[in-house]
Amino acid sequence: MGTVLGVLGSVGAAVFAVLATAGQVTLFAASALGHCIRPPFYPRLLARQMLEIGYFSLPVVALTAIFSGMVLALQSYTGFARFSAEGAVATVVVLSITRELGPVLAGLMVAGRIGAAIAAEIGTMRVTDQIDALTTLSTNPMKYLVVPRLVAATLVLPMLVVVADILGVMGGFIVGVFKLEFNAASYMARTWEYLKFEDVFSGLVKAAVFGFIIALMGCFQGYHSRGGAQGVGAATTNAVVSASILILVFNYVITELFFAR
Amino acid sequence: MTAEAPPKIRIRGLSKAFGPKVVLDRLDLDVPAGSSIVVIGGSGSGKSVLIKCILGLIEPDAGTIEIDGRNVLAMSRAERESVNDHIGMLFQGAALFDSLPVWENVCFGLIAKRRISRGDARGRAVEILSQVGLGPEVADLSPSELSGGMQKRVALARAIAAQPDIVFFDEPTTGLDPIMGAIIDDLIVAQVKRLGATAFSITHDMASAQRIADTVAMIHKGSIVWKGPAAAIRDSGNAFVDQFVRGSTEGPIRMEVRR
Repeated sequence: MGTVLGVLGSVGAAVFAVLATAGQVTLFAASALGHCIRPPFYPRLLARQMLEIGYFSLPVVALTAIFSGMVLALQSYTGFARFSAEGAVATVVVLSITRELGPVLAGLMVAGRIGAAIAAEIGTMRVTDQIDALTTLSTNPMKYLVVPRLVAATLVLPMLVVVADILGVMGGFIVGVFKLEFNAASYMARTWEYLKFEDVFSGLVKAAVFGFIIALMGCFQGYHSRGGAQGVGAATTNAVVSASILILVFNYVITELFFAR
Repeated sequence: MTAEAPPKIRIRGLSKAFGPKVVLDRLDLDVPAGSSIVVIGGSGSGKSVLIKCILGLIEPDAGTIEIDGRNVLAMSRAERESVNDHIGMLFQGAALFDSLPVWENVCFGLIAKRRISRGDARGRAVEILSQVGLGPEVADLSPSELSGGMQKRVALARAIAAQPDIVFFDEPTTGLDPIMGAIIDDLIVAQVKRLGATAFSITHDMASAQRIADTVAMIHKGSIVWKGPAAAIRDSGNAFVDQFVRGSTEGPIRMEVRR
């Protein structure tokens, strides 16, 4: 009996801890959004973050998208060949890339690259008193550190996903035309034939939400890091893990909102 | 007959606990305008929490903190920020922004308060750096390229850049050799005197305390146990102060050390 109660107690404590953290993240997000619409604004910092998050993430997102498109074409061809549906390859590639793989893979790659960097930078600023120094210099750390990163990530992720969509489809085209010997014109015609506006739009909405999640978790974990280098390391890990999980959860939620019948 | 001016800083009944650990225990302290007070005390005695409470970085559980007769704990955020406009702070580890060059660190507060344009800031930073004994070649360096002593001087330059009424110093000589510590202390005294500011320092470095202070207060277990002129520190007649000044293990102060 005592063991059962002990296990239940541990589970209960873990559930309460998760709920408490969810509440803290929600309050943090609400506070950050409030600061987004109240001056002062820092356009120079916003531009720097857009460059950091967007431009410098282009290579990793581009490579991921191209190879995902290529492998998708190859896999769907070998699968569909079993029931003579090879002609659907182009359609499957474009729908998979625009609806799912573009935003999710870009989100996960940027979570690893940028979420970790944000948590490490803000976490280091926390443990070296730089955030307290901002406050004593009449600068609100939420406005100066959090808002530019949140806004930049939310704006830039959809742009990255547009690039990922184009390159992913191009990867599928390269394999389809040069390896599987599809006719280039008919492959492109098949690509456009079933593609709808909402396929691309849903992916861009996902990207914006994922960008917000990545920056939010990076900022939250960094802002609340404690205990020197070990604390910053833990904040970095937590930022990437929590952002990745939330991306997958919200991917389902948004898909449900757009496509559930 | 005129009413007596309130002290620059008046603290009454200040209490703060982190869980079961009581860090500040109904602490009272007055700091007259234009004076230099140094709060001494051992590690974990509540010095840093005290200074962070005054700066608004930690919210106390109870008590009042008045600056120029106004309770800053009852202020709105905007009012509090306007009070902070007249405060400078030198952090223990300098806390320079390592993503910015030295000149931007020095003039950060002036740029943030729009008292100076970015275009004019570098020249102003060079002027302020010269007041703490640093040349113009330092202005474009990154904080990570500076020695500990130079970082402290840049942090001092940042603290005095906005010509504050009150300057706080958190362990200003920690991590420095004795000569550099003395140089920093002399700079602090000179700059505080030049500004006519009130100085509030915390340290456990007795030599530094005697160089900086007009008045010394001893904090122990979250309360002020002695306060008097700096000249009387070695002849205080207070058992806590005597033990701390001598650095003796024998006396009323018991450090939490497991043997």
